[in-house]
Amino acid sequence: MLSKIRSLQQVGVIGINCRNGDFIERYNPRRLFPLVDDKVRTKQLAMAAGIAVPELYDTIETPHDIRKVEQLRDRYTDFVIKPAQGSGGDGILVVTGHSGKNFRRHNGLLVTPEEVSHYLSNILSGQYSLGGHPDKAMVEYRVVNDPIFDDVAYQGIPDIRIIVFQGYPVMAMIRLPTRQSQGKANLHQGAIGVGIDLGSGRTLGGVHGNSVIANHPDTGSSIRDLEIPEWDRLLTLAARCFELSGLGYLGVDIVLDRNQGPLILELNARPGLNIQIANGTGLRHRLRAVEECDSADDVTRRVAFSRRRFAVQAPPMADELLQPAV
Amino acid sequence: MSTRLHTGLLALALTVIGLALFAYKLHLGIPLSEDDASDVWTVEARVTFTPRPDRSVKATLQLPDRMPGYAILNENFVSRGYGLNTQRNGGREAVWAIRRARGPQALYYRVAVYPDETDRDETAPAFPPRPDLEEPYATALQELVAEVRQQSADIDSFAGEMLRRLNDNSPDQYVDLFLDDVRTENDKLRTAQNLLAGARIPSRIVHGIYIVDDNREATVVPWLEVWTGQEWSYYDPDTGEKFVPDNYLVWWRGDKPLLDVPDASDEQVVFAVRKNLIDSIEVAERRASLRESHVLEFSLFGLPVRTQTVYTVLLLVPVGAFIMVLLRNVVGIRTFGTFTPVLIALAFRETRLLSGVLLFTIVVALGLAIRFYLEKLRLLMVPRQASVLIVVVLLLAAISIISGRLGIETGLSVALFPMVILTMVIERMSVVWEERGASNAIVEGIGSLIVAIVAYLVMSMDSVAYLTFAFPELLLVLLAATLLLGRYTGYRLTELARFNALSGGK
Repeated sequence: MLSKIRSLQQVGVIGINCRNGDFIERYNPRRLFPLVDDKVRTKQLAMAAGIAVPELYDTIETPHDIRKVEQLRDRYTDFVIKPAQGSGGDGILVVTGHSGKNFRRHNGLLVTPEEVSHYLSNILSGQYSLGGHPDKAMVEYRVVNDPIFDDVAYQGIPDIRIIVFQGYPVMAMIRLPTRQSQGKANLHQGAIGVGIDLGSGRTLGGVHGNSVIANHPDTGSSIRDLEIPEWDRLLTLAARCFELSGLGYLGVDIVLDRNQGPLILELNARPGLNIQIANGTGLRHRLRAVEECDSADDVTRRVAFSRRRFAVQAPPMADELLQPAV
Repeated sequence: MSTRLHTGLLALALTVIGLALFAYKLHLGIPLSEDDASDVWTVEARVTFTPRPDRSVKATLQLPDRMPGYAILNENFVSRGYGLNTQRNGGREAVWAIRRARGPQALYYRVAVYPDETDRDETAPAFPPRPDLEEPYATALQELVAEVRQQSADIDSFAGEMLRRLNDNSPDQYVDLFLDDVRTENDKLRTAQNLLAGARIPSRIVHGIYIVDDNREATVVPWLEVWTGQEWSYYDPDTGEKFVPDNYLVWWRGDKPLLDVPDASDEQVVFAVRKNLIDSIEVAERRASLRESHVLEFSLFGLPVRTQTVYTVLLLVPVGAFIMVLLRNVVGIRTFGTFTPVLIALAFRETRLLSGVLLFTIVVALGLAIRFYLEKLRLLMVPRQASVLIVVVLLLAAISIISGRLGIETGLSVALFPMVILTMVIERMSVVWEERGASNAIVEGIGSLIVAIVAYLVMSMDSVAYLTFAFPELLLVLLAATLLLGRYTGYRLTELARFNALSGGK
């Protein structure tokens, strides 16, 4: 057991106690938590800062608002309903169309307006929110999958999680939905986590549950060496969320939309630790490297630092990146 | 680093304060465990006699007053129908009186005593007058005293020498003269008193019993007390040695009979001795008050008994909470709610472990079934939770009734489960069940149960309950440990398995 602890320390794996005590408690002021715990507020903040997010169609805040559901069905063909303070992808309803007066979900099943109303009232009474506080439901643009993910995403939208520490991206992974996760991009529910090389934006190996895998269990396609498009833009987007939220230790969830490119889905003040398994390495050494460097205000320099310092494979244009961008 | 240092110093200060108080109380004599409790002895004097018909009865019993090496913890009398009076008449006496009594009578006096050296009789007695004797006794006494004085240095050695001569197998001529009339042990002691009085040395005859566990018929043994100028010393009347056995309990002093019942026959006193461990805390308190220490006046033992029982349970909660911290933050067991398992563990204290686990599982399983059914009705959350709560209460009642009918008594204790906690467990479990799948829900449910069981096992240890109650300041040390654990940033045990792939599968 001791040798196990030692080898974990060597790789720099941090546990929950360390994440909570040494990073969240120290770098994330509690008063800022509501900004990221309430996705409506996060969205408003992001829009004010000119950061792209899925468009907010409407919010449902009182039981009286629930009747808006019928109008939504008529106004938008497809949309997503989610609890504003939900976590871990719980309680998200993806509507891809309708059939008569019923809604069609992303997996093809039909739900009646009554079922949707009940689901909305559960959201309002706080079933999905942290601590069971009363919540509101938000209706937003449904992200359309970027074609590069067609082979590796089963009935859902993969999302890219980037850990941003003091404004520096330190680790990234892409979460691929599976049949087991029922289209959700949540590792606890059976989604695949695939590490991404910060330098090149190419995927490394992946994990499903606790085992290391190379192919998607449902589609059979390889999950290695996929290139995430517009990687530099993605990292910049994530790094800017530090100024946006004020949180020093932050998980940024980004989706790639076929038409609109990278969109910030949500921010997380307590990002999970499975990203370490997906990347096959620990966070500690990278976090320490950031703690030791002189913090920079300039986002492009921070991104360049991260791409250079935390690259696993040689970045494609390494020489270029070493020059400080203007 | 400064917060780490701050926490460390705070923990250190708390530990020091806690341990210092703990050590001080140990010093005052509060035993470390119930087994170490200082010996408390219960001595029972059973007084029996048969009164003459149609006479009023007045029975006088000598009571223990000052006992070298022992102190009285408490005493009580059992004497139905009798009027009771205690009075000082030289020593302490109890006087029982009744107008009419028929047939053999039995009265009881019970006293609890504990070893204690603090209570000493140091008031100087009056010097006895020289005995007014006829010849040849007067001369013999004079000569004897002169001779013994020659062979002694002080009162101690004088008394010793005098008693030695009295017990000599071939007594000298003077002593022989005095021994002429000696028939009983008491006569001998009285003679010894007279001889000492010849040198104007105060002495007393004491009567006592040996304290031996489970002695049902202790016999009364006389001893001789001699005032040596500063204190009363004890001399073995048979050898003249200056000593008293540790387990000798002085009952009364002087020539009076132990029991005096005029107009009665068959009067008898039987002493029974028994060891008694429960009152040890009371002993420590008594000792502290004798030393004029006020620390123990603020102890929980000063509270009314009913409040004390509340605190015996309440003081266990921090222990449970600490276990919770250990199991969650160091081991990494997932549970429903932060302190739910501790409350369940408290309920286990009443239900006993096995039936507690069984009842808990039954209630939660049935509650879950109901909760899934209610889900179909599309109720709003608060009314739904209220419905589950109502169902839980009904379930508890039903289980109690059924098990009562079946004669299973443990089933009745199900009512002690905190029902709101049960409701929350059911609600939380069903949400996790739906959101994260049955396996997650069951893992967390079992985790809660494991923590509850471990917490129960620790909290139900008698020594833990005793220590927290007798030394609540130890909770400061527990607080310090908890604070330090709050700064523990190492791995949880379960994380070793979680990150197995990263440690090279070692």
